[in-house]
Amino acid sequence: MSILVFTLILLAGAFMAGMLGSLTGLGGGVVLIPLLTVVFHVDIRYAIGASLVASIANSSGAAAAYIKEGITNVRIGMFLEIATTTGAIVGAILAVYTRTDVIAILFGIVLLFSAAMTLRKKNEHGDNTSTSKLAETMKLNGSYPVNGVEVPYKVRGVAGGYALMTVAGVVSGLLGIGSGALKVLAMDGVMRIPFKVSTTTSNFMIGVTAAASAVIYLQRGYIDPGIAMPVVLGVLAGAFGGSRLLMKMNTRKLRLLFCVVISALALEMIYNGFTGKL
Amino acid sequence: MKSLFSKSFWQERDVEMFIGQQLRWGVITASIIAFIGGIIYLIKNGGNVPSYTEFTGAPEYVRHIPGILQGVARFDGMAIIQLGVVVLLATPITRIAFSILAFAMEKDVLYVIITLIVLGVITFSIFSGLGG
Repeated sequence: MSILVFTLILLAGAFMAGMLGSLTGLGGGVVLIPLLTVVFHVDIRYAIGASLVASIANSSGAAAAYIKEGITNVRIGMFLEIATTTGAIVGAILAVYTRTDVIAILFGIVLLFSAAMTLRKKNEHGDNTSTSKLAETMKLNGSYPVNGVEVPYKVRGVAGGYALMTVAGVVSGLLGIGSGALKVLAMDGVMRIPFKVSTTTSNFMIGVTAAASAVIYLQRGYIDPGIAMPVVLGVLAGAFGGSRLLMKMNTRKLRLLFCVVISALALEMIYNGFTGKL
Repeated sequence: MKSLFSKSFWQERDVEMFIGQQLRWGVITASIIAFIGGIIYLIKNGGNVPSYTEFTGAPEYVRHIPGILQGVARFDGMAIIQLGVVVLLATPITRIAFSILAFAMEKDVLYVIITLIVLGVITFSIFSGLGG
């Protein structure tokens, strides 16, 4: 296989990853890393570099669209970014001391978890009954538009959410993914933020979190131009153009298909990790 | 709760629109640069065989900005692609910087400080030498 063919196939793969990433809100990385390692036999360190770049492309591309709708809670995002960026740096430091087969196994587990997360029931409405002092002081409570009416929501579990976000940051820095699934779990499950707000705010945070560890990985040589180029272009085209295409599709079935594919890839990565074939 | 008809609400919306636009331009600029670099890279190396199974790391000169800029000056495809990557990495970081401005305009001291901390963490990450 020549570099030209490799680039073209990767471009198509990255397009799919960008499309699925924006559909599920998980970012392109969860698809890209198994695609690169399992299908192309690329070393996982190159895959991590490429995935971080893809996460930033995906996040910035989608965030530009979402800010207009005014549902991203910039304060919640910024406050929790202290947790995710410090976590991301810790993750990038840990990566030096972690064997690649362990990273592959960890990645497989996070992948299985992410697949399960896309199928769970969403916290559609949030709630307005929290009396959290911390949420009040940090000005985290907000409102978002539902059919043109502003619906207020109040945030709970600030400390727990912050702690879980730190973990999300470490995972992101160690494995090179946006860990959108963990971020949504923290905001949706612990802090009880309405689903629409938590998804877009998580997306807003992914780019910044990924950038915090990507600048370290760039200096380590994990980000190779030959892989980064088709990945950036493919993921962006997928995220921009794909969202239109997806409106006409049955997203429920697509989600299910996505989960099956992701789970299979995850098991393959865990198996490869244990047998040392990575 | 800010009223939909208050002046400050719309001023804030302006800032958010501006940030959204900045994100889009960052992403578009990055992909145009990467595309140009990609063409040059493929014309020169398209026929070679990719070697990513063993990790050797990206070439030394594309790992830091001075090396990338020198490469761009001699129209090196890899360096131009990497310049696109650097622009892409800079996009969310610039967004943080603009947010400081936005919070300052709202006179929200708490969030100016919080955003400064986030920017500080990322700046530390860039210059910490953790990348070796």
